[in-house]
Amino acid sequence: MSEVLTALKAKFPQATDRPSSDHPAVNVPIGELVAVLGHLRDTGYDLLMDMTAIDWAEGASPRFTVVYHVMRSTKGGDYVRVAANCASATDPVVPSVVSLWPGADWHERECYDMFGIKFEGHPDLRRILMWDGYPYFPLRKEFPLAGIETPLPDAEITAETGAKVIAAPMQGGPFVASPGEVNLTDAEPRAKDESWSDRRPQPGQEPLKQVKE
Amino acid sequence: MATEFSFPDTAAKNAAGEFETEKMSLSMGPSHPSTHGVLRLQMELDGEILTKCDPILGYLHRGDEKIAENMTYNQFVPYTDRLDYLAPLANNMAYAIAVERLAKLEVPARCQAIRAITAEMARISSHLMGLGAFGIDTGAWTVFMYCFTEREKLYKLFEELTGARFTTSYTRIGGLQRDVPEGWTARVNAFCDQFLPILDEILALLTRNKIFMDRTVDVGIISKADAIAYGLTGPNARGSGVTIDLRKDKPYSGYEQYEFDVPVGTKGDCYDRYLVRGEEMKQSVRILKQAIAKFPGGPWYATDAKRIFGPPKEKVMSSMEELIQNFMLVTEGPQMPAGEVYFEAENPKGILGFYIVSKGGGVPYRMKIRSPSFCNLSILPKLCVGNLVSDVVSILGSLDFVMGECDR
Amino acid sequence: MVSSNTELGYNTKVEGEVMVSRADAVINWIRNNSMWPMPMGLACCAIELMATASSRFDIARFGAEVMRFSPRQSDCMIVAGTVTYKMAPHVRRIYDQMAAPKWVIAMGACASSGGMYRSYATLQGVDRIVPVDVYVSGCPPRPEALLDALMKLQAKVKREPSSKRLLSA
Repeated sequence: MSEVLTALKAKFPQATDRPSSDHPAVNVPIGELVAVLGHLRDTGYDLLMDMTAIDWAEGASPRFTVVYHVMRSTKGGDYVRVAANCASATDPVVPSVVSLWPGADWHERECYDMFGIKFEGHPDLRRILMWDGYPYFPLRKEFPLAGIETPLPDAEITAETGAKVIAAPMQGGPFVASPGEVNLTDAEPRAKDESWSDRRPQPGQEPLKQVKE
Repeated sequence: MATEFSFPDTAAKNAAGEFETEKMSLSMGPSHPSTHGVLRLQMELDGEILTKCDPILGYLHRGDEKIAENMTYNQFVPYTDRLDYLAPLANNMAYAIAVERLAKLEVPARCQAIRAITAEMARISSHLMGLGAFGIDTGAWTVFMYCFTEREKLYKLFEELTGARFTTSYTRIGGLQRDVPEGWTARVNAFCDQFLPILDEILALLTRNKIFMDRTVDVGIISKADAIAYGLTGPNARGSGVTIDLRKDKPYSGYEQYEFDVPVGTKGDCYDRYLVRGEEMKQSVRILKQAIAKFPGGPWYATDAKRIFGPPKEKVMSSMEELIQNFMLVTEGPQMPAGEVYFEAENPKGILGFYIVSKGGGVPYRMKIRSPSFCNLSILPKLCVGNLVSDVVSILGSLDFVMGECDR
Repeated sequence: MVSSNTELGYNTKVEGEVMVSRADAVINWIRNNSMWPMPMGLACCAIELMATASSRFDIARFGAEVMRFSPRQSDCMIVAGTVTYKMAPHVRRIYDQMAAPKWVIAMGACASSGGMYRSYATLQGVDRIVPVDVYVSGCPPRPEALLDALMKLQAKVKREPSSKRLLSA
């Protein structure tokens, strides 16, 4: 058991061990997230290397987990992983750590863009990789890889060319097995993405809920 | 009769606030020769000086992370090529090691040596490109041409090894695509021998060049505290005095056997970052020579990884068991245990990290790519304010980022 | 056109300093040999485009080394790299700003058809937004392939009825 974790759990008794084979990792309740990360930063882990989120799919509770990796700038290679579950599955909110690291600004914008997780206290929360006004959150599990038809970001060009954002023609692919322990029949590689091709019409699907930004 | 004409005293009027000025909003990019790809800078200018700078990314966002959730581990290797497309072999290696850490698989020494050699060649290739682009941004065409000539020699070596000039897709989980051809290491050695004098010649064009120094010294100074706060890594951070180099601090793939220095700057301006990159190329040559001198024999892939690395083709074509194994691997992918792993590698642009969450099976559940260019660019809104527009060009050139990796 | 051996063909002493040819042939010859590209370098193919412009493969011998990023001064837009939906309107705008006659080379798999990026963010082929004349396959195409595409474009331009279009414009 690494000393940084013992010190952390002594100071924050609600932090629990997160099973990890490579770096010391803790789960913390979302309310203590900023305090834990601030404590880590002040005890030497002053580089925020990465910040991301995991979507455990609709129906799972908790649905979203945010994961932070911090590293020591005086001793490269010494990491701590901090994970926290979002309270709500429909309206996930996480306190922002921009006050601790200004570099977290863009990481949080990316999480918002891809997952729809809102960050409280973020100075300027808007999309960073997709265009403003894109109605969906792409990395959520119910969003198909091929995408969903929407208009192009520029109305003038749409009027001129008639082009729009279409679902990519998957032609029945990608042809891979599913992740996780599944029984042998389900493990047979099959067309994973239920999108439609140019010739096959779109199967009857429940329309995804658009987000009002 | 000529009347005397006197120019109005504009400086005095401006200082007294009598001139009405307004700020101009200018969008630099996304199609612009100096933005190193599709980066858009929405700038607000007061004359020639920036008051606000808002980088707009995402023009090359191709959905790599979503694609990763739908591809087996080996199927994703070509996508890693196209992240930092100036040093594809380094990305391939970082990804392969990350997945191997998930499987707790150790690859043999020869495989590690080949990966280290290719990564260092990729580092030289990437820095040459960064140097060439930086030169051409500040007006030095010759530097660009010379750098590309050297890169062509590297491309020839890559093509001999992997089949492609760049975008090599060379590593596999548990090993490589194939072993080094006969005499390849000798050719790499020959390249290194002829490279150092040429590198000196190229650097001599810029290092004491008055125009270059005027444009880069004291421009775009990043303090050490800022570099740490914004998560800068690689030559950008080392130019500001942050001494992190994962090859020395947490060696992977056999780097602990090689002796090399890590150049660190003091001031953190564009000129320091340029010097750091130039010196890193010389250190890479030093590593290459040691790696080739110590080049071990033995297997070039993990021979005991039955459900991860495919059996050799001759066996697949002749023996039933290997045929089934190959079939399972190709259709279902290398079987990984459940768990999560975060591995970072010292790439030429900075630290490239892969965070992989696996639920078991051959397809990852979530893959996050920690891109060095994304973090390096986050300092732009702070760094560019107060500079001239032409200084912004120098700053972009010195940060040496790649949009493929930034947007994924 | 003028051959190197002037004895057999055109003889200045006989015909004077005047050459007679078809208008189409002359106009197309001029356009072909100074085809200035507008490099829409978006991703990895841009690096191969730069390699084509540098010393080893030398696009200058085709008259195409003037890679200014100004659409007003260029003839041919080489779309090199993945076009995303966010970038597509900009590509179209720049295409619209180019002066006629203009051509488009879709370089690489991503520009031709979306390539291996069958995802929500990638335009599945730049021909969905601009008219393309030559497609080059490869990921990325070798510089020789790009030069071959340029030569095919030159062959295409050679066949165009340029003078009719000029007069009717």
